[in-house]
Amino acid sequence: MERKHFAVAGFTGLIVAIQLATRITGTEYFLTQLTMTAYYSLVIVGLCMLIGYAGQISLGHAGFFAIGGYVTAFLTTWDLKSNHGAFVSLLERSGALVSRQDVYGGNLLTVHPWLACVSAILLTVVVAYLVGGPVLKLKGHYLAMATLGIGIIVYRIVLGTEFLGASDGISEVPGFPLPGGLVVTGDSSLRISNYYLAWGVVILGMVLLLNLIHSRVGRALAALHGAEDAAEAMGIPTARYKLHTFVLSAVFASLAGVLLTHFNGGIGPSEAGVMKSVRYVAIVAIGGMANLWGALSMSLVLNYLSLRGYFGTYDDAVFGAILILIMLFAPDGLLRRHLFSDMKRLFSRDHAGEEAP
Amino acid sequence: MTLLSIRGVSKRFGGLQAVNDLSFDVAAGSIKALIGPNGAGKTTIFNLISGSLHPDRGEIVFGGAEIQAMSSCEVAVRGMVRTFQHIRLFPKMTVLENIMAGRHVHSRAGFIAGMLSLPFTWKEERRIRERSFGIMEMLGIVPHAETEAVSLAYGQQRVVEIGRALACEPKLLLLDEPAAGLNMRETNEMGRLISRIRDMGVTVLLVEHDMSLVMKISDEVVVVSYGEKIAEDRPLSIQKNREVIRVYLGDDEC
Repeated sequence: MERKHFAVAGFTGLIVAIQLATRITGTEYFLTQLTMTAYYSLVIVGLCMLIGYAGQISLGHAGFFAIGGYVTAFLTTWDLKSNHGAFVSLLERSGALVSRQDVYGGNLLTVHPWLACVSAILLTVVVAYLVGGPVLKLKGHYLAMATLGIGIIVYRIVLGTEFLGASDGISEVPGFPLPGGLVVTGDSSLRISNYYLAWGVVILGMVLLLNLIHSRVGRALAALHGAEDAAEAMGIPTARYKLHTFVLSAVFASLAGVLLTHFNGGIGPSEAGVMKSVRYVAIVAIGGMANLWGALSMSLVLNYLSLRGYFGTYDDAVFGAILILIMLFAPDGLLRRHLFSDMKRLFSRDHAGEEAP
Repeated sequence: MTLLSIRGVSKRFGGLQAVNDLSFDVAAGSIKALIGPNGAGKTTIFNLISGSLHPDRGEIVFGGAEIQAMSSCEVAVRGMVRTFQHIRLFPKMTVLENIMAGRHVHSRAGFIAGMLSLPFTWKEERRIRERSFGIMEMLGIVPHAETEAVSLAYGQQRVVEIGRALACEPKLLLLDEPAAGLNMRETNEMGRLISRIRDMGVTVLLVEHDMSLVMKISDEVVVVSYGEKIAEDRPLSIQKNREVIRVYLGDDEC
């Protein structure tokens, strides 16, 4: 229990330290990529729950990220001014719409970001339940291929749909106003508050997931991951637990998509691409599969390096190579769950050996 | 009083009639053994009863309800829990965690409550822990509580698996070859443990090859051969049954 709190406090300290370091070195422009890294990390930790703890693979999570991003982008940029239907006026009277100016000074009447966000999450939940129900009956390679199919379908839909901007995507997405004067936006004057907001969301997500894995549900997931037939025989409804975890991780991805789209001011079809899904799985794998902290720290490093352009044009190739190397040489990940306890045991055994007469 | 009733159950796999029109009852509070030569269909019968397989024909009535169409999860919730011929403990989990996982049906914290760590879940976790320690004390495995379950010796893994099943507080415990792979001393201990479980009020149905164990602890024995029942009686009478002797010796000659 206490170790969990220490880890959360330690990570929070790291986030503060990084911000202070950028301040001291005058490199605060790094915070933009670090904020984007935070939102991608939200996808990673949700996916880590699904892959590492429930033992189910998904190669389609970029699809759920894109559903979140595209729904909010579309709803908050779709001008309803010329639409005088009864439903629109009802929405307007109930305060679900906002009037704002576009970059050319024209007036726009669009859906409020809060309503857009809720719609995006709801749609994700519906899609995840509908798709996850049949797909999670599959195992191993078959599940991987089926979820890959989901990702490809979402990618082709956003790429081929005119009102979603086709290959250009959607731009000029407004900021997301939050209580307390906070706005999720890429505006450089709000860089620091956005940095803390994004990592705050990630840490909150981590706390929820850490609670979950130390609960009755976490135990049931570990059980079904280890021996599904035995878990079923103990009265654990394995199909339902797998489905709930799939939906939960899809919601994490979708929320990340919503927030990053408001932060970036837009979204393009590459966010739904298969290589994005592969990248998420590669980071979970290198983080140690069933290791939320490992996945989070690997995500922090690798996403940041990628966003800063360190991998150049080989960006996708790097993540593909990481996945292959991990599977070949360290299928338990670089940061295995038991790595630290193993090391501790190793040292304590040496210690005991010294004391023995 | 009858707790479990198998009524005219049949199961066919392609051209093989694995179980044919089988009927027998298990009385509440008794130990019943299911025996037969290799390939007689015992494990298939176990899978049919516990919901891993579903019969083509016939009914299985447990505690007054027909369960032949239920999944093994639903059957477990109703109070019938099994162990496996090849031990199926949860890997990467300690003995304590394995047994705590067995308390699943008697607790209720779901995804939302778990994520928010609501106060009622703390109390529930404490209760699960207490009950699990109670079971480990009964089985004498408290010293192994924090050991990874699959790293224990084979005989102890069997005891842990039975402990996990008992954590479900079953009305009926199905044991699939509980003495397989055990030495003589461990087999005797297993026999005593099964008798103790019956004395706690849990009905036991077991499949077993060790005849001395079966004859010592069972209240009644069912003998199957080629998916059909050939005898059902008290252990002493079974040992003298001509048909049973023929089936077993015929098998032994080759």
